[in-house]
Amino acid sequence: MQVKRTPKTYEVCIIGSGAAGGTAAKVLTEGGLTVALLEAGPSVDPDRDYKEHVWPYDLPHRGGDIAGRARRELNDEFMAPNGAWEIEGEPYVSAPGSKFRWFRSRIVGGRTNHWGRIALRMAPVDFKVRSHDGMGDDWPISYEDVAPYYDKVESYIGVFGTRENIPSAPDGIFLPPPKPRCTETIIKKSCDHLNILCIPSRLAILTKPLNGRPACHYCAQCGRGCKTASNFSSSQAMIPPAEKTGRLTLITGAMARELVVGKDGKVTAVSYIDKATGEERRVNARAFIVAASACESARLLLNSRSTLFPDGLANSSGVVGHYLMDTVGSDAGGYFPQLENMPAHNHDGVGGMHMYLPWWKFDRRNDFLRGYHTEFGGGRGLPRVGDYDDLCDQVEGYGISLKRECKKKYGTYIGLAGRGEMIPNENCYCEIDPTAVDQWGIPVLRFYWKWSDNEIKMAKDMQDTYRAIVEAAGGTFIPSTLENAAHPHGIADGGVIIHEVGTARMGERPKTSAVNGFCQAHDVKNLFVTDGACFVTNADKNPTLTIMALTWRACDYLLDEAKKGNLGA
Amino acid sequence: MTFSRRDILKSLSMTAAAGSVLRVIPLEAAQYAHRMVKAEKAAADTHAYPPKFFSAHAYKTLQSLCNTVIPADEESKGAVEAGAPEFIDLLTSENKDYQLTLGGGIMWLDNTCRDRYGKVYLDCAAEQQKEILDLIAYRKNLKTDSSLGQGIEFFSFLRKLTADGFFTSEIGIDYLGYIGNTYLQEFPGCPPVPEP
Repeated sequence: MQVKRTPKTYEVCIIGSGAAGGTAAKVLTEGGLTVALLEAGPSVDPDRDYKEHVWPYDLPHRGGDIAGRARRELNDEFMAPNGAWEIEGEPYVSAPGSKFRWFRSRIVGGRTNHWGRIALRMAPVDFKVRSHDGMGDDWPISYEDVAPYYDKVESYIGVFGTRENIPSAPDGIFLPPPKPRCTETIIKKSCDHLNILCIPSRLAILTKPLNGRPACHYCAQCGRGCKTASNFSSSQAMIPPAEKTGRLTLITGAMARELVVGKDGKVTAVSYIDKATGEERRVNARAFIVAASACESARLLLNSRSTLFPDGLANSSGVVGHYLMDTVGSDAGGYFPQLENMPAHNHDGVGGMHMYLPWWKFDRRNDFLRGYHTEFGGGRGLPRVGDYDDLCDQVEGYGISLKRECKKKYGTYIGLAGRGEMIPNENCYCEIDPTAVDQWGIPVLRFYWKWSDNEIKMAKDMQDTYRAIVEAAGGTFIPSTLENAAHPHGIADGGVIIHEVGTARMGERPKTSAVNGFCQAHDVKNLFVTDGACFVTNADKNPTLTIMALTWRACDYLLDEAKKGNLGA
Repeated sequence: MTFSRRDILKSLSMTAAAGSVLRVIPLEAAQYAHRMVKAEKAAADTHAYPPKFFSAHAYKTLQSLCNTVIPADEESKGAVEAGAPEFIDLLTSENKDYQLTLGGGIMWLDNTCRDRYGKVYLDCAAEQQKEILDLIAYRKNLKTDSSLGQGIEFFSFLRKLTADGFFTSEIGIDYLGYIGNTYLQEFPGCPPVPEP
């Protein structure tokens, strides 16, 4: 079949339109460059696609979706569109004995449509872990290198929080936080009693109007997508300013297959499948930013084999796909009888926690290395299908007694979720499956996964801590329901926390890393990998804010290189 | 809620006159009015629902069971009025596992009632219905009678889906006292929490 070529050569082609790709599109187009932005999914129209303010009874399946398949699942019918654990026709494989789950979003804005909006800075020590405790590797850059870009990102996207001066949780440029909910006042009081830090959370949700976006209206539905763009998504806050420059060409339904290398070893084009027609097309550019999400980016690099680069692009070190990390997750909960007597009141707030527990044991020796933070939520939320499963099993029976018990217990539960740093290990990686392809004919990923002892000890500490917090507040502790031989102390399977990073890590040495401190491939100077793939470690800070800061920094570098005439092919 | 419909509509028209679209109280009133109008419409619309999966007899049994799991009381209507049977039938029509658990479960219930009382569940006397439900409504009964396993499994799942159908309905959401899914200018925070 003849490959259709776009005759134009863009200055930069970006693959992926999420946190990294959207940021790159904004910074580069505003910097004066012409950009082609490829996205594997469709565009998103908030008015048409977002289910904000829809009641469960407005939908025949009440949010549980066809056959109840989204019952108690993350991606229920209300969630922003096109985010899923499984995508029809685009499989991935877990190796025997490994269990890895991969949440992907095929839509403009990627997973920033769905994310929890938790926007935490990595701490200075998080960049220098090996120097600190001897495990893993240091980043080639420091907090001071990234801090100005954290400032830029926060100032632009809007993050609420408070200045606290906590070493493990650096302050940023913050909008005022919302007032605590009842559930949060209870946990805060308990944490104060136990000397555990509990502070206003830091979420990319506007509590004041900013850069043309209105403030939050407190419906608690950020995950559905926000029609007023009061929370951050790339689709609503990064792509529109890029489009306004007139220099952005957004190509949707474009499934990148391979980066094509010229004789001089530089990337000249990306070859993609146009999903609408099934035809193969190419976009030519002078530089490329791979920002398809850590694992999807690794897949694209590994699938870009050539005579010059037989093991895949940017992979002379062999690290691509390796050092795969997720976040250590272990959840627990509590029942709080004092909440039974709360008068009915609006508990919605923003779409996420108003307070959280940053890592507080940074000043002492623990049973494990590194740290975790704690997210929590609960209370009088909008009822969803599946919410009463556990209570039904506990109360049993039927009739008015069951009905009244459900009402009495409504809003009395708080869930606590530990989110901790995983140290990369040799058993966690992805590679190209030797036989399977997706419906576009593109070889798929195979995942390997095994937690090490450090993570399991951390999960134990989470459970112990949550028991103490719940009991100190006069509640009844509910341990992780996941706890079993495969999930000691309730540790979640790899990928479940949706913080995959590390598959094309940065470093000073081309022998042990794929990209340099500016996310530029050691092997291919006109190629940048700016999403979570470039992470050296996966601190207990949700990666999105750092992805945006690193991307912004890489793009400033790229703009500078372009000015010097070093852009590439 | 103690607002009358007239009070609410009045407060709405006053809000509109004042030109504000983001006030807390009137919007909660608006929300309440919206639901009240919908509930009235639903009450007027009493046409029979044609089940997609269950036979006429099985669907009647399902309705009866839903009504028993979450009945009306002086505070609110029950699961049937909240649309739980329709919701359960829709999901079951699309899910083979649900078909076995619920479709097969209703058959099991009728078979068991026939063995015990000589008639299907719906034809049993109220005390017979209560007797069998009291057996399958508690897991602990499995210890004394292992033949109840299938019934307990069925009833446990039905209880969850009935709760789904009820608590995600307008009736159920009002019954719980959820207030929200609206537009606020400021989040008011927490009223005082009683001591444990």
